[in-house]
Amino acid sequence: MPRRAWVIAGTAVGLGLAVLAAGLSLAGYDAGAALAALWTGAFGSWYAFTSATLVRAVPLILIGLGIALGFRAGVFNIGAEGQFYAGAIAATWVGLHVGAMPAALAISAVWSAALLAGACWVAVPVGLRMRYGVLEVISTLLLNFVAEALVSFVVQGPLQERQGIYPQSDPIALSARLPFIPGTRLHVGLFLALGCAGVLWYLFARTRWGFKLRAVGAGPRAAEVSGRIDSRRVTAQALLASGAIAGLAGGVEVTGVSYALYQNLSPGYGFTAIAVALLARLHPLAVVAAGLLFGALEAGAGAMQRDAGVPAVAVSVVEAVVLIVVVIAAAGVQRIGLVGAARARRRAA
Amino acid sequence: MSGLEELTAGFLAAAVRVATPLLLAATGETVTERAGVINLGIEGMMLAGALAAALGASAAGPWTGVLAGIGAGTALALVFAAVVVGARGDQIITGTAVTLGAVGLTGMVYRQAYGTAGAGLNLPTLAALPVPGLREIPLIGPALFDQPAPTYLAILALPIVWWCLFRTRAGLMLRATGESQAMARAAGVRTGLVRAVATLIGGAFAGLAGATLVLAQVGTFAEKMTAGRGFIAIAIVVLGRWHPAGVGLAALLFGAATALQFLFQTLGWDVPYQLFLMLPYGLTLLALAGLVGRVRPPADLGRG
Amino acid sequence: MSAPPAPLLRLEGIEKRYGPVHALRGADFTLYPGEVHALLGENGAGKTTLMQVADGLVRPDAGTIRVGDAERPALTPGEARRFGIGMVHQHFTGIPAFTVAENVALATGWPVSPGPLRERVRHAAEQIGLPLDPDVRTGRLSVGLKQRLEIVKAVAADARILLLDEPTAVLAPAEVAELLDVIRRFTASGGAAVLITHKLDEALAAADRVTVLRRGEVVLRALRGDLDPAALAAAMIGGEPVVRSAASIGQQADEPAAIRAEALDVARESGYGLALRQGSLEVRPGEIVGIAAVEGNGQRELLRAVAGRVLPLRGRLQVAGPVAFIPEDRTSEGLIPELSLTENVVLGSGPEEPWMRGGRIDWRAAERYTAELLRAYDVVAAGPRAPASSLSGGNQQKVVIARELSRRPRVVVAENPTRGLDLRATAAVHARLREAAEAGAAVLVHSSDLDEVLELATRVLVVSRGVVAEPPSGEAASREEIGAMMLAGA
Repeated sequence: MPRRAWVIAGTAVGLGLAVLAAGLSLAGYDAGAALAALWTGAFGSWYAFTSATLVRAVPLILIGLGIALGFRAGVFNIGAEGQFYAGAIAATWVGLHVGAMPAALAISAVWSAALLAGACWVAVPVGLRMRYGVLEVISTLLLNFVAEALVSFVVQGPLQERQGIYPQSDPIALSARLPFIPGTRLHVGLFLALGCAGVLWYLFARTRWGFKLRAVGAGPRAAEVSGRIDSRRVTAQALLASGAIAGLAGGVEVTGVSYALYQNLSPGYGFTAIAVALLARLHPLAVVAAGLLFGALEAGAGAMQRDAGVPAVAVSVVEAVVLIVVVIAAAGVQRIGLVGAARARRRAA
Repeated sequence: MSGLEELTAGFLAAAVRVATPLLLAATGETVTERAGVINLGIEGMMLAGALAAALGASAAGPWTGVLAGIGAGTALALVFAAVVVGARGDQIITGTAVTLGAVGLTGMVYRQAYGTAGAGLNLPTLAALPVPGLREIPLIGPALFDQPAPTYLAILALPIVWWCLFRTRAGLMLRATGESQAMARAAGVRTGLVRAVATLIGGAFAGLAGATLVLAQVGTFAEKMTAGRGFIAIAIVVLGRWHPAGVGLAALLFGAATALQFLFQTLGWDVPYQLFLMLPYGLTLLALAGLVGRVRPPADLGRG
Repeated sequence: MSAPPAPLLRLEGIEKRYGPVHALRGADFTLYPGEVHALLGENGAGKTTLMQVADGLVRPDAGTIRVGDAERPALTPGEARRFGIGMVHQHFTGIPAFTVAENVALATGWPVSPGPLRERVRHAAEQIGLPLDPDVRTGRLSVGLKQRLEIVKAVAADARILLLDEPTAVLAPAEVAELLDVIRRFTASGGAAVLITHKLDEALAAADRVTVLRRGEVVLRALRGDLDPAALAAAMIGGEPVVRSAASIGQQADEPAAIRAEALDVARESGYGLALRQGSLEVRPGEIVGIAAVEGNGQRELLRAVAGRVLPLRGRLQVAGPVAFIPEDRTSEGLIPELSLTENVVLGSGPEEPWMRGGRIDWRAAERYTAELLRAYDVVAAGPRAPASSLSGGNQQKVVIARELSRRPRVVVAENPTRGLDLRATAAVHARLREAAEAGAAVLVHSSDLDEVLELATRVLVVSRGVVAEPPSGEAASREEIGAMMLAGA
């Protein structure tokens, strides 16, 4: 990542924290204590770092990678939240039935189901885009609500726990649960996330498919005319991959953290991951760093609420400021112009 | 009235009541999007309006609450406009940022103002204002003419917005900006100003919608209470084809889908209401796909 | 002799720079009432920029604008309108989704009530002699009618000074005559019109007064009576005028055609109806077949179908190998401006290139190749890693041509390959195309400049209203004959 990008990222995070501190003070909280709690909750101990920060970083990294992939191709996937839930639903359902399989097989089955579910969930917006030129921004957004309603339905109906008291599923089979890194509550899903980042980096830097994606994202018309690239196909593939990864993140969360399905499994990962992807300027390796940062924020937020009495949602302010700084910086030099590219692509299609 | 009539009237009244904040937000968003700006911050503006309304009402009565709500929505819209129009930032991302920021800010302020109890607040609400005579019309009387003031405002706003958009020069300039900023500018339209004003109008409506939610529907404030209604308003604008008449009908549809839930509860039916919640979204997607007629958004929507 | 009337518009000492480009160097321009004034110059001479200063679209760095009683260093579009200046742009500046009436209302400020507005617009259009239906959605109008709308907008907004930017570029010869008629009528009533053009003969035919611009400054001013074509041409290009002659290139008449299209039906890009009907043609190796057509008659669809960028609905197409395609719009279709030159070269390459190893790309090899290419085609650029956006228009076009032609293709299709290029760059492009033909490629080329087509091509075909036709006189066809065919059609 070029040096300028690091400067912007640093400014964004710094400014975000500053605004948070200012807001807290204005609202009558003890900003110092809050920030201290934030830090302790995220990095204060080895346990905090691994079992709070890194655990929350994993889904952010995964979804962030998926969103970055989409952005690179010029598609706006703000339905990652819904795809995450779709993956979680599928993972839970499969996870309840793989008790008899050995662990490796069980986990593979569950993850595959999650991947597929995420892809299927985004397939509707993809289809609508291909056939009818529907703005994927709107269709993916709408399906978020449908997914949440679906989860609500499922945990009060077909997948509800045997006892029938709470709106949640039974815990998944033991063989489907991810092992921990010894001494922590950090599950091995971390390695999947890191692996994905590496794979994506390689795809963009060295492969034809990755180049096609970048070309379509940067110049859809030229990619069609001069590159003879079927940009419709490429964007469809990018969207599907993006959704699949988000779904996989849902499966990882179920197999590594919650072991069950319930409402509000995601504290807004799908939206926070947008900030992650943008802060990282869509570079796969930088997404890891950005995911870590936001994971730290989320982890620290919990401690902040417990120890300093500041509501955890306050960290959303940091995320908001980060997004705004990145957006202004991007507009200044090189417009992200995603919606514009999408429309140009639709005209080409 | 017979039992069935009573049920239907009740259902319709509930549908209109639920639809009101949605309609208000969607009307504002229609103006904004017709100028070419898609405002995902509408959810945050609604939420901010809701909290401001709660605070205002606690302090000085419901109408102060309404004004406070409008003010909060407009203030957030100002931030959005500054980034999107002033700094030419991407609309989608900035909108997401505004909503995220509003969630965080309202959470902080709410906790400080009302403590961690989170229990129902006792807010002075807006009572229903029945229109004598019209209220007696069977079925639709109670639905349309026995509602709190914001509902009447929302219904009146529709023809006014229609007239402004299609029968005035200001509306022509606004629509031109939404169709093609470049061409509008060549014709002498100050597109930056137009977009900014359209965004502020949208924010004011969103704030009003939030105030309505608190003061005329739910009666209290809770964290994240808007629960996606702002985004639903965006869906309503699409379903309504960016035209006030369509938006009115679409809002009613979404209101009805939610009201079905209450209906089933009243009837004691154990129907998975979530399926009915999904219905309006499905309809919107179908509308987008052109299965309910060709839907064409303003050509320059979303571009900086 | 009575004193000459006061000028309507006076531009004095106008300077404008765009970064390193010195677009206008102290240009002067005077416009008198009742005259048709041709502003002549090559592409890039600064004609449009100078008039945009008058119209308030461009703010000059120095100089004065005198219009009416006022004297200003610059104008805003609103002020220009108030002073009665209206520009008829080369590219449509209306809003496609609006009706004709709404577009006129936007430009003129007339009140929006539908009934009275409709009548007012209809009346205004008829008055000028360019009738229009006020209720039609502007996006549906043909190119010629869109231009009508441009003129109606300007005149309805009480323009006394009409600035027309290359108005005949999109018109067929008879439509040109009609337009000049309208302009004459306008000037007869006391208004004045500026005709921005690079076509010498047009200026000679229509203008009362001519100003020639070259490299941003005025090099010649002449009145109707004193017009000498050779002197004008020399002023425009600053040297010996380019001799026009159809070059003949060795053809292999016995070789099978490298392009064979039979009865192609191609849909319009907008989706409604056919743009090309039963189009057939043949191009042999070594031939340069030129397509003469007025914009919007189907030649774009023909070329793109042959190049394989558009799928015909019906018909058969045979091409001898992959087609090198030089699209009209180099910045949105030929190159991706943000990407580097290497990446742009890789963009246009197929799987058989040495740097494509299966699914992987060997960037180092690609970069070496690109550097070679830049050298061989004389491209001025910082290096293979420079973003394509950093190159000038001429160099960008060279990169596109280099990329396409360096692979020694058997078939070349070129769409307006010299659009927006200056004389030197144009000559370079022509040379490369001829070179390709000499090496045995079949070349299919279209230019909206009929003279360029006549100069380049060994054989000319005309596309009009979607039909491909060969001039009956074959190789001996005259300019007039071809022009007439461009207007006709089945």
